[in-house]
Amino acid sequence: MSEQVLLGDEAVALGAVHAGITAAYAYPGTPSTEIVEYLKGYQARHGKPLARWTANEKTAYEEALGVSMVGRRTLVAMKHVGLNVAADPFMNSSIVPIHGGLVVAVADDPGMHSSQNEQDSRYFADFARVPCFEPADQQQAYEMTREAFDLSERFHVPVLVRLVTRLAHSRAVVRLGDGRAENPLAKSPDKSGWILLPSNARVQWRKLLDRFGEIEAAIADSRFNVLELGPTSGGLGVITTGLARNYFLEHRAALGASPATLHVGAYPFPVAKIRALAARVERLLVIEEGYPFLERYLRGILPPALEIQGKLSGQLPLDGELTPDIVGRALGREPPRLRTPPAELVVGRPPQLCAGCPHGDTYAALKSVLAAFAVPLVTADIGCYTLGALPPYQAIESCVCMGASVSMAKGAADAGLHPAVAVIGDSTFLHSGVTPLMDVVASQAKMTLIILDNSTVAMTGGQDTLLPSRALREIVLGVGIAAEHFHEVELHARHKDKIAEVIRREIDYAGPSVIIARRECLETAKRKKSTAA
Amino acid sequence: MKCDIVLAGVGGQGVLSISSIIAWGAMKQGMHVKQSEVHGMAQRGGAVQANLRLADQPVASDLVPLGTADLIVSMEPMEALRYLTYLAPTGTLITASEPVRNIPNYPDLERLLAEVRRLDRAIIVESEKLARKAGSARASNMVMVGAAAHLLPVPPETIAELIRQTFARKGDKVVEINLKAFAAGREAAA
Repeated sequence: MSEQVLLGDEAVALGAVHAGITAAYAYPGTPSTEIVEYLKGYQARHGKPLARWTANEKTAYEEALGVSMVGRRTLVAMKHVGLNVAADPFMNSSIVPIHGGLVVAVADDPGMHSSQNEQDSRYFADFARVPCFEPADQQQAYEMTREAFDLSERFHVPVLVRLVTRLAHSRAVVRLGDGRAENPLAKSPDKSGWILLPSNARVQWRKLLDRFGEIEAAIADSRFNVLELGPTSGGLGVITTGLARNYFLEHRAALGASPATLHVGAYPFPVAKIRALAARVERLLVIEEGYPFLERYLRGILPPALEIQGKLSGQLPLDGELTPDIVGRALGREPPRLRTPPAELVVGRPPQLCAGCPHGDTYAALKSVLAAFAVPLVTADIGCYTLGALPPYQAIESCVCMGASVSMAKGAADAGLHPAVAVIGDSTFLHSGVTPLMDVVASQAKMTLIILDNSTVAMTGGQDTLLPSRALREIVLGVGIAAEHFHEVELHARHKDKIAEVIRREIDYAGPSVIIARRECLETAKRKKSTAA
Repeated sequence: MKCDIVLAGVGGQGVLSISSIIAWGAMKQGMHVKQSEVHGMAQRGGAVQANLRLADQPVASDLVPLGTADLIVSMEPMEALRYLTYLAPTGTLITASEPVRNIPNYPDLERLLAEVRRLDRAIIVESEKLARKAGSARASNMVMVGAAAHLLPVPPETIAELIRQTFARKGDKVVEINLKAFAAGREAAA
C-alpha cells in the first residue's frame, strides 16, 4: 500500500481514478477546482482517464450521465452553487437507472471564502433522494469516493460526495489502495428508464421510493456512521457530521467524562443509531458544518423531552464556518485568554485586482463615460472582475450568479432604465452569458454588454477557457448582434481613450450592443512565459 | 510533541511555499501533518493565511485553535498582528519587517513594529533586504523559513535539501539564491 500527500480535493480525484472512472467533468469553481485540475495532470501523465473542463456544471453533469448510460464510471465535480446550475440534470438523474457509477463531488464553502452564499449540498442529496457521503478527512475523501461508485452501481443512483473548503484545501497523508479496472463499454440494458416521459418517470420514481429502504439500510450499517455509547449513561451526547468531528476531537480529552457520541459520515440519516444514542443521554449537542440539516431532522424523530442543542438553539452559530474555538465553547470549555493588538493597528486588507490588470483599465473608462448620466446601472458577474466593486474602482453594482449580469441589465432596460450596462468575463460568458444574450437580441433591448476578455479563467487559477478568444466574435454575431454594434477593442496603455469612445457611442444606440475589451490576464501571461522559459 | 504554526502574508508573497516546505520536512521526520491553505478570491492581493499542524500523534482539526499556536510566521508586520490571537502564551512571533502598503489606510509602521517588540518572544527580520543580498527579493519567503528554523521540529539540513529539490526545476542559480536566503534567515534569527 502506498501513501501520498493530497489535498481533500485531490483525494477525491485519486479515489475516482482508483475506482476505475473513464471520464471526469467540471467547470472550475473554488473550492472544487483542484479535483479536475488534478485529474487533468493525471491524464497528462498516464493517458487516462479523460478529464475535461466543460461550458458549465449542467453540461458537465449531462456528459457524465452519457458516460454512465453506456456503462462506464464517471466523476463530475463542482462548487456548491454549481449544483444549482446542474440542478435540472441532477434532480432527474436520481430516477434514471444509473448504469456505470456516477459520483458528483460538491465542495461547499461555509464562511464564504470565495462564494456568494453558503448553501449546504446535503439538502440537495436529500431532495433528490440519493445517498451522500461527508468525509471528515483526506483519507475518508479517498475511501468514500471509491465506495460511492460501488453504491451508485449497486442501487442505480448517483451518489453525492460533499466536501467543505477546509477539507478541500487542506493537505494530509493518504494511504492508497489498489486501483480497479475501467468498466467495459456496455449500454444500459434498461430500455425505458432513461426516457423520462411522464408514464416512465412515474414508474422510475416509484422504483426509487421502493428501493430507498434498502439504501437506508445499507447506509445505516456504513462504517462511516460510528456510534460510541461508552460505559455511562445520562448527561451529554454529541452528534458530529463530516469535518465537524475534528473540532470535537480537539476538545474530547479535556472534557472529563467522555460523552456518548455518534459520528455521521453517510446519509440518509442512520435513524436507529440516532435513537440508540438519544435513549442514553439527557442532552444532545449536534455539531455540523453548514446548515442545521441533521439537527432539524432530529426534532422530528426524537422525544420532545430530550434537549437538543446546536445551531437552532443558538449554542452554535447559524452562519459562518465552524472552528475548534466555537465548538469548544458549545462544549462548555472556557476560551483561553487571548492577546489582541490595538484595533487601529490591524486594518482590513481585502483582495483586489492586480496592479496593471486589464479589467482596471476598462472600469476606469466605463466610469468616466457613465459620469455624464444621472442614474446609470452596471450589472456584473462572477470572477476576478467582481473585485471592481471595491475601491478604488467601485464600478459595478451587482453580482448574483453566473450570467446574471446580461439578463439583469436587460430587465433594467425593459423597465426603462438607461444606460444599462452589463460586464461579464469571457469564461463566465461562455458558461451562462450566451443564453440571456438571445433574450437581449430577441427583444432588441437597449443595453450594452461588455465582455472582459482576459483569455483565461483567472479567479480559479488561470485555467484555459473552453473556447479561445477568437471564438467570441462568431458567437456574439451568430446570436444576432448587429455587426456595426459589435466591437473588439484591444486594451492598450497607449490608446486608453479608445475603449471609452466605443462605450460612449454604443450607450447612445437604442438597441443591443456588445463590446469585447481584450487583454490577456497578467498572471496567465507571466505563467505562460515562465513555462516557455 | 506538537508544533502548530500560523503562516501569514499578502497574496503573492509565497506563504503557501513556506507551508509546503515545512510540511514536507515534518513528514520526512515521520510526523503527522495537516496543512490548511487558502485558495481562490483571497489570493488576489488580500490577507492570506495558512495553518500548519505538526505532531507525533494524529492531528484532528485542520485549523489551529485560538491561543495555542507555537509559532506565527508572517511575511508582513501588520499581517503578523492580525493573527496574534492565535499565539500561545509561550509561542513565538516571527515577522518580516517590510510592509506591503497596498491599502490607503496602512497603519504607522513604527507603531506596528513596537507592538511586535512588546511580545516576550518576537523576531523581526529584514527579509526582503536579506533576500536581495542573497540574489533576489523573491526569496524573501525562504529567509523567513530560515528565521523560523531553530523553532521547527525539522533539522535545518533537511529543510536545505528540500529547498534544493523544490527549486531544482528552476536551475542551479535559483537553488543557490534560495539556499543563501535560508542561511541568511537562520543567521538573522540566531
